[in-house]
Amino acid sequence: MQLDKKIIGHEFKAFSAVAEAGKVRLFCKAIGEEDPIYLDEAVAKKAGYARIPTPPTFLQAITNDDPEKGGLLKLLNVDIGLILHGEQHYDYYAPVYVGDRITCQQKVVDLYDKKGGALWFVVSETSMKDQAGKLVAKATGITVVRNPDAAKK
Amino acid sequence: MATVPKFSEVKVGDAITPIVLPPITRHQLALYCGGSGDHNPIHVDLDFAKKFGFKDVFAHGMLSMGFLGRLVTSYAPRDRIRKLGTRFTSITWVGDVITLQGKVTGKREEGGEKLIDLEVRCTNQNGQDTLQGHATVAAA
Repeated sequence: MQLDKKIIGHEFKAFSAVAEAGKVRLFCKAIGEEDPIYLDEAVAKKAGYARIPTPPTFLQAITNDDPEKGGLLKLLNVDIGLILHGEQHYDYYAPVYVGDRITCQQKVVDLYDKKGGALWFVVSETSMKDQAGKLVAKATGITVVRNPDAAKK
Repeated sequence: MATVPKFSEVKVGDAITPIVLPPITRHQLALYCGGSGDHNPIHVDLDFAKKFGFKDVFAHGMLSMGFLGRLVTSYAPRDRIRKLGTRFTSITWVGDVITLQGKVTGKREEGGEKLIDLEVRCTNQNGQDTLQGHATVAAA
């Protein structure tokens, strides 16, 4: 299989997802986060937050709430077992609070290969806006794909 | 709970108090699968992982990035975090004992904010880095 640089610039269908309280609790349990500001509105308000904030990397749970999840894999036409996460970067402009409805728009910004085409690197950016239309975060991810042909050898 | 770092008191080279985590468990990977919405079976289904050439299931990179988020929010409050990023440099296996470490690498003023740059990392029991990251927080 060959890289198809034509996918650079591809924009995925935008979607919106709500930062749900129960999901935040489960996320905190999984990462071992016990700070009550993520669980208890009274504690969050006492700490100066308008509402319950979400942990910094909870943004991933929001971007994963895509009804057309797996769009990148479909675009690349590769199996999920062949991908690894290379890098992830977040820029935060404002906290995302429990109850916020976040609109995510992901696009492919770069694509390159290493090791003679054995590994592909797909760079994508996702802008995240809240219900008021304010940009609250930008997510930049690098997905590493093991080239199916190279993986077979 | 973290208090806002004071820009004048922070020095390049200052270390964040390290956090040593309990060993990674399969249960934790199942919780993260549900909590993060990353349903890739390679992290929870041993049969699937073996089919793709792995000896066992392994942790989601983003689970470890969640740990880095914990480290950074132990240093500065949540609403002070401006950037968090990482490279995933090696696989985290079930049973690995991860230590979170960080230190101040720079201080600067930008856009009217006093910013502190941090280097953060996850290291396994063999001394190998599994994540090499960076963060920026706004000081007072």
